[in-house]
Amino acid sequence: MLHDPLHTAIARRQFLGSTCAGVAAAALASLLGTKAHAAAGLPGFPHFAPKARRVIWLTQAGAPSQIDLFDYKPALKDHFDKDLPDSIRQGQRLTGMTSSQARFPVAPSIIPFAQRGQSGIWMSDLLPHTSKIADDLCVIRSLHTEAINHDPAMTMLQTGHQIAGRPSLGAWVSYGLGTENDNLPAFVVMISRPTGPTNAQPLHERMWGAGFLPTRDQGARFSPGRDPVLYLSDPPGVTRDRRRAFLDTLSSLDRMTLERYHDPETAARIDQFELAFRMQAAVPELADFSTEPESTFERYGPESKKPGSYAANCILARRLAERGVRFIQLYHRGWDQHDNCPAGLKTQCYDTDQASAALVMDLKERGLLEDTLVVWGGEFGRTVYSQGKLTPTNYGRDHHPRCFTVWMAGAGVKAGTIHGETDDFSYNIVRDPVHIHDLNATTLHLLGIDHTKLTYRFAGRDYRLTDVHGNVVKSILT
Amino acid sequence: MMVWFSFFVVAAASMTVPAFAADRLSYNHDIRPILSENCFGCHGPDEHDRKAELRLDAPQPDEPPTDSGVAAIVQGKPGTSEVIVRIFSDDPDVIMPPPDTHKTLSLSQKEKLKQWIAEGAAYEPHWAYVPPVRPAMPSVKNTSWPRNAIDSFVLARFEKEGIAPSPEADRATLIRRLSLDLTGLPPARTDVEAFVADSSPDAYDKLVDRLLASPHYGERMAVDWLDAARYADTNGYQVDRDRENWPWRDWVISAFNANMPFCQFTIEQIAGDLLPNATREQRIATGFHRNAMLNEEGGVIAEEFLAESMGDRVETTATVWLAQTFNCTRCHNHKFDPLTQRDFYALKAFFHSNSETGGGNYKAPIRVNAPPFLLLATPEQEAKLAELKAQVDVAHATVKQLEKAKQQADEAAKQQAAVSDESVSSAAARPPIDTLADQIKQVRASLNQFQKAHDEFERAIPTALVMDELPKPRKTFILMRGDYTAPGEEVTPDTPTILPAMAADLPKNRLGLAKWLVAPGNPLTARVTVNRYWQVFFGTGLVATPEDFGSQGGQPSHPDLLDWLAVEFRESGWDIKRFVKLVVTSATYRQQSVIPSGLGDHDPQNRLLARGPRFRLQAEFLRDQALAVSGLLNPTIAGPSVKPYHPPGLYEQVVSQRDNPNATYVQGTGDALHRRSLYTYWKRSVPHPAMLAFDMPFREVCTVKRSRTNTPMQALTLMNDPTFMEAAKFLAVRMMHEGGTDPVDRLTHGVWLVLARSPTPNELDVLVKTFERFRSEYASAPADAKALLDVGDAPDEAWRQAGADPSEHAAYALVAHILLCRDEALMRN
Repeated sequence: MLHDPLHTAIARRQFLGSTCAGVAAAALASLLGTKAHAAAGLPGFPHFAPKARRVIWLTQAGAPSQIDLFDYKPALKDHFDKDLPDSIRQGQRLTGMTSSQARFPVAPSIIPFAQRGQSGIWMSDLLPHTSKIADDLCVIRSLHTEAINHDPAMTMLQTGHQIAGRPSLGAWVSYGLGTENDNLPAFVVMISRPTGPTNAQPLHERMWGAGFLPTRDQGARFSPGRDPVLYLSDPPGVTRDRRRAFLDTLSSLDRMTLERYHDPETAARIDQFELAFRMQAAVPELADFSTEPESTFERYGPESKKPGSYAANCILARRLAERGVRFIQLYHRGWDQHDNCPAGLKTQCYDTDQASAALVMDLKERGLLEDTLVVWGGEFGRTVYSQGKLTPTNYGRDHHPRCFTVWMAGAGVKAGTIHGETDDFSYNIVRDPVHIHDLNATTLHLLGIDHTKLTYRFAGRDYRLTDVHGNVVKSILT
Repeated sequence: MMVWFSFFVVAAASMTVPAFAADRLSYNHDIRPILSENCFGCHGPDEHDRKAELRLDAPQPDEPPTDSGVAAIVQGKPGTSEVIVRIFSDDPDVIMPPPDTHKTLSLSQKEKLKQWIAEGAAYEPHWAYVPPVRPAMPSVKNTSWPRNAIDSFVLARFEKEGIAPSPEADRATLIRRLSLDLTGLPPARTDVEAFVADSSPDAYDKLVDRLLASPHYGERMAVDWLDAARYADTNGYQVDRDRENWPWRDWVISAFNANMPFCQFTIEQIAGDLLPNATREQRIATGFHRNAMLNEEGGVIAEEFLAESMGDRVETTATVWLAQTFNCTRCHNHKFDPLTQRDFYALKAFFHSNSETGGGNYKAPIRVNAPPFLLLATPEQEAKLAELKAQVDVAHATVKQLEKAKQQADEAAKQQAAVSDESVSSAAARPPIDTLADQIKQVRASLNQFQKAHDEFERAIPTALVMDELPKPRKTFILMRGDYTAPGEEVTPDTPTILPAMAADLPKNRLGLAKWLVAPGNPLTARVTVNRYWQVFFGTGLVATPEDFGSQGGQPSHPDLLDWLAVEFRESGWDIKRFVKLVVTSATYRQQSVIPSGLGDHDPQNRLLARGPRFRLQAEFLRDQALAVSGLLNPTIAGPSVKPYHPPGLYEQVVSQRDNPNATYVQGTGDALHRRSLYTYWKRSVPHPAMLAFDMPFREVCTVKRSRTNTPMQALTLMNDPTFMEAAKFLAVRMMHEGGTDPVDRLTHGVWLVLARSPTPNELDVLVKTFERFRSEYASAPADAKALLDVGDAPDEAWRQAGADPSEHAAYALVAHILLCRDEALMRN
């Protein structure tokens, strides 16, 4: 036993003020014989009763074309191959890929659209499954951002700032609210690559990084294969029994160190090893799909039995949600249709449409959609004009920051609604613009957080996800 | 002219209470932190956003009445000062700070402001802008404890607070602490034993000197500088292709090893290329600022990212040398500190004439640095390159000649055909023309071969990214709201107005800037630098915010000590090793790191320094230690970065798959797997996950302070990363090979190797029992033993051939692994 348990307890309490606050709280809790929490949230959080206890963010990396999926513009047919009017473009800057094009010919979508569900939300035929959940969705057609290239735009979407260095949304949520499951990380990230031949834009660890927040809050990558979580499985030749004996010895030795140095960090470390041990059991159980009935795979589609596919990750997302993981973020790469847009979208939708819809339906059936927020979207939109050669059956689309579509579903969001409107060219927003800061403010609001009060002091300034911006989009809330 | 001279004049003129009474509040110490946190946003240095024309960071020449016709601050009269009325109000329309700022003042803060006004509301210039002068040595009662000046300052504070220093740590702890702090590597057992047994009075000093002379000292010191310089092996952003700037990293290591004075270290890295007759090394040094990221994304607008990388240079320079948060001033005047947006762009103008374009060249072959860069050919390589170039030139000239000859022959044949019988003449002309055509084909093939040989040879020669100057400087404009598409007023290179101006004889270029940074009148550089070195050895700086010495930053825990050290460092000729020795030979540093009973309550962060610092090793040194104690470490210094073990698939999920020769992670082989961690290939978009888990920053932007967390991911890494398991296997080999034959002796040796001390009887008891349990288990599960020992790629045939019992080896390996995971091993105690 410790020489002076009370003193150590007090020392640990003091330690709460440091960057390892949650960890030290765990140490304190374990010393006092209470349940150890992997990562407690901040005191006073949430600020008010949350509608959502967790978020699943389905990131469509590369930027899906709003014009071919959600933002129906029938009048464009009359503008086929006509130059985009200057009154619409308004001298807006273009990427280096199309700025030298001689002309900007309008490319109407060749994909048929129809109104879906009771709510009559327009969606294209590329989304047969999402169409079935139209009445569960709030489709925001008026998202906008500033960046026009992937890296700054994705960094903006994820961290509220185009320049690297700030924490991601998931990290902020983990920092503010902590986790509900001691055996799993609060923020889990899964990445899938397209099955089609499309160019998959690279991603970046920064996008789920903790920035200047404690490293604890960065997204934990879940990968297919032997180690769903990095370094999860014991080396060959180390059985669970041996690992238990290993940790028993380690902790008895570390307790001797604790007796000598009275350092709360030592107590915290003993707990971290125990948590790791429990995680080693919890994660394989989580990633083991053998308990899923065949109907699950039928619902999520043909790709869902392939580990690491978007569809498999959607099943995993539901399993993580069931286990109380706070922030689950999927990334599906390949939405960058500079050329062969219709064909490229087809394979992207094959990869994602069925599983995205299945996830929403599945959560709903299990009663989880009530307190889970699902968000679907990319980092910007795509141009109405064709990049490269325009033909009656083919076109490409460049990056477009001025409008794009995101849908939300679940906790606290008005189902079966459309928010915002763009002009006839799906180029400028004409009603109810929603900036990324507004989207993030709204997401935090649904989690019971006032986005202006989730701050972290760094380099002399109280930083927040929404910087000095952001308005909660009240009209989409129930 | 320094702005604060006027402060004194105004404050002194109307001062009614005697200055510096014992319990008088100090604006800097007591008042500025309150006002900065709660009021400067609207009433601070930024004149654009100032409300009610009221500023509280500096006195106004004539305190103007507020809109309501009353005076904000009436010196000596809090009752009639509107500020006091407002902060004590309950009326939401009146109260300050206003409710929508989410800021509230505590009662004690309100009382302090009241007292400050009652005492005359005297302002002070912010401490960090006042040049440090060497303070007098404080007098202390306990004259036997101090070993040098540091200790006198620290002890004076102890005596004021009524606390005592901790006892000196034992010898074994001290040598491990020193070895890790000065080289990032643990001491050898023989060195520990020799030091423990060395009774000579200068044993400690000799040890310090030996470690400072180790070539690993430069590696250790480089690590923190690489964070500050955002050094990486790739360009960053989305495409994130490889770049080659390790020659700069090696320059840093040798500069530390050669004990280059910090002033020279500064000048060469900021402006080595502008020094007269700049050497190759001095030009390599300028790679410091080429560590900025480079965007090669397909649609990139070069101008946008030129603005970005130039902005990054301003922010990095300001953080590293000045600890000023200039990132705020990219878009607007600073809200808390007297720094303006104009200051930002005037600083940018120093860097703006580098010839880089802002965009990368996505079409260029992989592993080509973006210009400007330096080809680092040896004289032999230069000769060989010239030779290959000559071959190319000769072949090229020959092709030209032959083509000309053929053209003439063709012409001649054509003319002849026009005047004579076609069949006869063309038959006669054909052979020489055909011959020429054949010759051209042959020589062209040779030319291609020569060109290929030349290019391949050239590509194998390392390059280094460097700074240069365009012949005609780029113009620099204030960018409105930081937006590169909204240029405002033009600015020329200049230093921030709040700081002493550049000497008249300094050129207004990077060289002038560099010299200004280390000029004696600069109040910040020396303080900021000694503070960062203090952080290396004590875990926390005397100012806990090494990135921010502004009004929102931390206050120095020992202001006089900080100033004394700054002056001492500068006057020593910016001698880094001398400074480091001063720190590590102090009694303050030599205290044991046990948290004494009672003190933890008052000082959990150890800001008073009444015990030795205890903190976790940095990511690099954790792995280096495991490699060193297991005997796996390849101690080669310098060279291209290497690729150690990396979890399969992680890299490929993220990186570009199209047109990318580096689409898969190709793990290194042989010795490359066991180099020190500062040589690990650092890809910004997928940094090594084990290093990231232990708080290594992404190296995208300047970092002068790492976070230090304690997470389950770290525990998983330690238990299951093959790096650590393999180290355990080889540590077990050393235990068996060097530790005698008895398990007790072998386990004792293991503890010595990892913890640099002998085990206690209790520890040994636990270790022996665990070992015996594992040994008997593995004896009955030989396949498990074999599987365990299969870890890693390091050759172990010799050991296997020696006929070691695998079950015994596996059992030792698992126990060795426990030792590597111990808190005491992960910490520097």
